[in-house]
Amino acid sequence: MALLTDLGIAALRDGFRAGDFSAREVADAFNAAVAGAKALNAFIVETPDHAIAAAEQADRDRSEGNVRALSGVPIGMKDLFCTKGVQTTAASHILEGFVPEYESTVSARLWAAGAGMLGKLNMDQFAMGSSNETSAFGNVISPWRRSDGGNAPLAPGGSSGGSSSAIAARIVPGATGTDTGGSIRQPAAFTGISGIKPTYGRCSRWGVVAFASSLDQAGAMAHDVRDCAILLEAMAGFDPEDSTSLDLPVPNWEAALSGDLKGKKIGIPKEYRVDGMPAEIDALWEQGIAWVKDAGAEVVEVSLPHTRYALPAYYIIAPAEASSNLARYDGVRYGLRDLPDGAGLQDMYAATRAAGFGAEVKRRIMIGTYVLSAGFYDAYYTQAQKVRTLIARDFDAAWELCDLLLTPTAPSAAFALGEKSADPLAMYLNDVFTVPSSLAGLPAMSVPAGLDGAGLPLGLQVIGRALDEQGVLNAGLALEQRAGFTARPEAWW
Amino acid sequence: MSDYRIHGATGEWEVVIGLEVHAQITSNAKLFSGASTAFGSEPNTNVSLIDAAMPGMLPVPNGECVKQAVRTGLAIDAQIHRWSRFDRKNYFYADLPQGYQISQLYHPIVGEGSLTVETDEGEKIIGVERIHIEQDAGKLMHDQHPTMSYVDLNRCGVALMEIVSKPDMRSPAEAGAYVKKLRAILRYVGSCDGNMEQGSMRADVNVSVRKPGDEFGTRTETKNVNSVRFIQQVVEYEARRQVDVIEEGGTIVQETRLFDPDKGVTRSMRSKEDAHDYRYFPDPDLLPLVLTEDFVQVCKASLPELPDAKRARYVDVLGIPPYNADVITSDVETARWYEALLAAGSEPKAGANWLTSELFGALNRLGKDIGESPVSPAQAAALLGLVADGTLSGSLAKQVFEVMLETGDDPAKIVEEKGLKQTSDTGAIEAVITDILAANADKVEQYRGGKEALFGFFVGQTMKAMAGKANPKVVNDLLKKALA
Repeated sequence: MALLTDLGIAALRDGFRAGDFSAREVADAFNAAVAGAKALNAFIVETPDHAIAAAEQADRDRSEGNVRALSGVPIGMKDLFCTKGVQTTAASHILEGFVPEYESTVSARLWAAGAGMLGKLNMDQFAMGSSNETSAFGNVISPWRRSDGGNAPLAPGGSSGGSSSAIAARIVPGATGTDTGGSIRQPAAFTGISGIKPTYGRCSRWGVVAFASSLDQAGAMAHDVRDCAILLEAMAGFDPEDSTSLDLPVPNWEAALSGDLKGKKIGIPKEYRVDGMPAEIDALWEQGIAWVKDAGAEVVEVSLPHTRYALPAYYIIAPAEASSNLARYDGVRYGLRDLPDGAGLQDMYAATRAAGFGAEVKRRIMIGTYVLSAGFYDAYYTQAQKVRTLIARDFDAAWELCDLLLTPTAPSAAFALGEKSADPLAMYLNDVFTVPSSLAGLPAMSVPAGLDGAGLPLGLQVIGRALDEQGVLNAGLALEQRAGFTARPEAWW
Repeated sequence: MSDYRIHGATGEWEVVIGLEVHAQITSNAKLFSGASTAFGSEPNTNVSLIDAAMPGMLPVPNGECVKQAVRTGLAIDAQIHRWSRFDRKNYFYADLPQGYQISQLYHPIVGEGSLTVETDEGEKIIGVERIHIEQDAGKLMHDQHPTMSYVDLNRCGVALMEIVSKPDMRSPAEAGAYVKKLRAILRYVGSCDGNMEQGSMRADVNVSVRKPGDEFGTRTETKNVNSVRFIQQVVEYEARRQVDVIEEGGTIVQETRLFDPDKGVTRSMRSKEDAHDYRYFPDPDLLPLVLTEDFVQVCKASLPELPDAKRARYVDVLGIPPYNADVITSDVETARWYEALLAAGSEPKAGANWLTSELFGALNRLGKDIGESPVSPAQAAALLGLVADGTLSGSLAKQVFEVMLETGDDPAKIVEEKGLKQTSDTGAIEAVITDILAANADKVEQYRGGKEALFGFFVGQTMKAMAGKANPKVVNDLLKKALA
């Protein structure tokens, strides 16, 4: 029999139900894999006991004929989700040692579905970053290596880089991620896994440490499209505690999965052909177009004319919201407090926040504070909101012509750690294909579609209409079936 | 137009006043969390995860608070904005866990309205610019530890309405009348208990001065003034101070000031230059507040009869004097008490008179307000009934009322036990009169000789002999006959 850790969510669930193995065996196997992969630095906290407790419960439930959606499946939890009794830091020093007394809605749903937690996954600090280098707990390393013989440690993408690295290394079968401007899709693309960001409002934000409230959305990351559908089904659902939550039933996405795209029109946005994009990515995109045609879809060219304003607008709106959302980390009630001798309140704020936040977080707080300040608000924030509306209208216009959009996920394969960290703007450009759909709140996913010349994974992105996760998943499945992506990193850790 | 003027060295000055009243919305739970709003709880016992701004916590609007703001707006004939939005006002302070206050800057829930106030100079309409909903902050406690400050988050997140007037007031009297009228309306509507001592209502007082007819001058804003008297003091002090500054060649700077109630003065807190930049922006955790026409109609239908309408009805329909109508309708508790009195059978005019003179006099003496009256409306109606049917004279009724205040007993029982019933027994009264006329033959002579003022003397003597229980009308009639 194959290693249990080689199995994905569906296989674990089905094998557990069939009695091929116990949940406890699965938990033990993954706990051991986690313990053996410390070199990846994918976890901030490991929680083997949580995984074991859930597994033992699942085994008891199974003996009583009572299995739940994720019984027998252990997962990784991005450290942005508050977990009761387990340290939650958002990978920031300012929350080091913070142990919530409450469970986020999304994690609570997963535990209620029978899942267990292998640990809290490392990430970019407060989900701000595209390489995992902004974590206060050291960067995550991708399990992938370039095939050119160089051993440069590579970025797993970000901000959900602990999630992507751990799945690619097969130390977790699936994980939660959060996506504000591409934080699920870009790391999925960098590590050869699948990841879906649902429509804004599908997953409750209650108990998720906020970065940019109008953009933050939890989603699923796993080996393949089916696993993403299973995980997302368990995460999503209306939550009256989140005013922006959608009061809609959760569709049975897994049951309706189909790679048959007959009758579907797939749009290719011409503005996504950016200057300087590697030929390999262009070629992969062409390949993707051929695959969806093969799956029965009609392919049409569409225009999203305001695409080039998306990144600047995003880097105004997201920092503006972040500058306000992160004001609560002030040293008064929880987390880090730096109180120099004789310090007053203002001194305590300054010292605590100077010591607690990393450089990228400070940069974004300063940008956000600036764009909201008197005299600049209209020129930046108001203008960016107008751009956001125009971008949403671009998509609305595209939906007149097509049902889904197909694009590359990121403009490059994974880069080496340190390669871009000195240049924030180069780093921000990583989000160029993922940010527009985030601004419009649309569902989008990345599926692994091939390797570049250096043997590194590349992803294709599918974007759908609001609430059409099914369409996105189905197109993702069609690509997956044709890409036959089986490459996996060789274990060096 | 108000004649109120500040007399300066360069002539007369007019004061211009605008008020921003913060009124705590009456609700069981806070504006965005389920925590209780009970007053006087132990520190930090009414605090939810949301109020403490724990990571990942989200606000959910309390529909009851929204309803109360809409009802208040409707009560001052204001425009109700069917689409409004919450904004964040960002600043750091230890009593503000989120680091921002959720308020409504750009799109308030209630727009322009007005209310009518009455002063010695007559009626005047004062405009209301807007009403918006916002969160209250917590409270710092500096007396709990020698070197540290503590914070109590019980008030944090409690819903407030900020009711912003137009700069329409021109005298301390108008400012006072406005606050009293607004408070009356809020209490009628039930959207705020109007308790200024407990901080349920407080005002930021904007004052400027100008030569009559000139453009508005530069204003100062005196924060958190918590009584009508203090508001008037602030206006008087600020107007005088500003006139003095200007006449001495200085200029008024736009600034925030604090009122010192012990010294009756205002002091500069911070000037516009070092004012906060609050970086207002729409709260991305909250959707716009969209009200349906049905919701507004339900709010409208739930409004009680308001003070102006009630006063007009009392005067026009019940025929009670305008002064009494004013006094009774100026506070909702009094109006409710009066209506309970009517419901228990009291005649409107007699009831209004009795309430504003006898009951108010007694409550004043006892230091109680009408809600604490030892005599219930039903008991009062019974007392007034005994007067109306001739059982008690006015003076006997006063005696019975005093006993009621002490014992809480019903008037009929007191009359029975103390034998205070007045008599109309003509035989007994006639016998007494005969004795009195006989004993005062000289005065009878003088009376009959034209000194009619002596009539009162005979009445007094008769009542005295009857121990006050004789029916005064019968006494009058019989005396007139006997003296004729």
